[in-house]
Amino acid sequence: MSARISPLYAGRKRVNAIAMALCYAATAFGLMWLALILASLLINGLPGLSPAIFLENTPPPNAQGGGLANAIVGSLMLTIIGVGIGAPIGILAGTYMAEYGRYSRVTSTIRFINDILLSAPSIIIGLFIYTIIVVPMGRFSGIAGALALAVIVIPVVVRTTEDMLLLVPNPLREAAAALGMPRSLVIKQVAYRAARAGIITGVLLAVARVSGETAPLLFTVLSNQFWSLDITQPLANLPVTINNFINNPDPNWKKLAWTGALLITFAVLSLNIVARTLTQSRKSK
Amino acid sequence: MNLAASTATAHTGHTMAERIAIRDLKFYYGDALALKGINLPLYDRKVTAFIGPSGCGKSTLLRVLNRMYDLYPGQRAEGEVLLDGENILAPGVDLNLLRSRVGMVFQKPTPFPMTIYDNIAFGVKLYEKLSKAEMDVRVEESLTKAALWKEVKDKLNASGLSLSGGQQQRLCIARTVAIKPEVILFDEPCSALDPISTAKIEELIDELKSDYTIAIVTHNMQQAARVSEHTAFMYLGELIEFNETDRIFTTPKDQRTQDYITGRFG
Repeated sequence: MSARISPLYAGRKRVNAIAMALCYAATAFGLMWLALILASLLINGLPGLSPAIFLENTPPPNAQGGGLANAIVGSLMLTIIGVGIGAPIGILAGTYMAEYGRYSRVTSTIRFINDILLSAPSIIIGLFIYTIIVVPMGRFSGIAGALALAVIVIPVVVRTTEDMLLLVPNPLREAAAALGMPRSLVIKQVAYRAARAGIITGVLLAVARVSGETAPLLFTVLSNQFWSLDITQPLANLPVTINNFINNPDPNWKKLAWTGALLITFAVLSLNIVARTLTQSRKSK
Repeated sequence: MNLAASTATAHTGHTMAERIAIRDLKFYYGDALALKGINLPLYDRKVTAFIGPSGCGKSTLLRVLNRMYDLYPGQRAEGEVLLDGENILAPGVDLNLLRSRVGMVFQKPTPFPMTIYDNIAFGVKLYEKLSKAEMDVRVEESLTKAALWKEVKDKLNASGLSLSGGQQQRLCIARTVAIKPEVILFDEPCSALDPISTAKIEELIDELKSDYTIAIVTHNMQQAARVSEHTAFMYLGELIEFNETDRIFTTPKDQRTQDYITGRFG
């Protein structure tokens, strides 16, 4: 056998070893930053974590204690309303593109524009909502923020819905149509069912995406120091609160900002893990 | 080709009812002509096999019979396909109703992502309002007809996807039979199956023909010889020869038919 290990083969093995080492190094480099971010969040945020975080509102400057209750609830409201508006629109648009308009020029145009929207800087979306909602209303409000988030959700959901429906094999649709099933039922009962895990994953990823967005909220909801559930008024929320508190010399605010950051990161992390698990279970079937 | 129908009658000695009559059928994929004027009868409660080399248009022809091509833009048919005398290519034909009368079984098994029971009940619910008990009977009936009942009767609530390939294909046949069509189209139903499953499906087709008019596309000439009464040999979008299966395989009239069945091309 050893006779077969020619210089050519030995050289190839060497190149392989080098390439492999580079790949490992690149992976380690990428993971290192993630680990460092998580570590710094844990180190700075964990000490502030207490029941008070979930029970008390954001404190005034130079006070002791306080929590993030109003910001957490505000963030939840914004995310739920934003996704509640954006996800159905995204799913319907994605359905049109994959099912009804698959071969039409409109669809490729929509897809192109959607991809632009997907990568549009979120601060632009904030400014857009500021111009069309905040200025006419005359004030910052929760609903303006939720709409800004909805605009971010739509392209994410459009994309995943279309992709997931395109993965549903055509023979399955033909088989349903061959039973005399109308188009709408083929989509609802067969295509959606086959693509369900993927579509839900897309929505979860959209939730994860918007729950950390700060820029579009700055010009739309602003923030609120007090407890409020009124979506026509400025609403406290985690990202803007973190943004305001972290740049402040007040050590109590700084601590709260870190804890808020920890909460958002772990919420996003768990959403991603759930989404990943769903996709995995779909593949293994 | 207009002698085709009369030939069949002459040799069997009695008239067979024409369930479907294909008249001067042309089919286009965009601008490409895929079927160049086909004339062909499908006889009531008989099996007709479409054979021919890849790309000869046999699957295309089958997909005209339930207008499956309508799902795709740019595909169109000209001519007439008469089902019980009614032209199914005419504008205004209700495609869903048509497809409930002309069922189809595909090359690859296509169970829906739902339970075995629902795979069958689903199609039935589209056109009939049955009580739970009636539906149970229908499901059992259909699965029995498809020779699958014994294997699945204890796991009707398992996913249709959990069955083996051969079982899935029989599930698809059960699903098609359940809505009580008049015609069943088989598009290479065994090409993804092992020999044992293939034998089962062939037996099944043989039993089904007592109730249904059947058309089957197959690449397997032995299969055509085994299951069909009539065989249509197609080549390059044309119907070269149509006759009783025995005659096609023993005394073909056209040189091309003979070359194909003796394996000289295809």
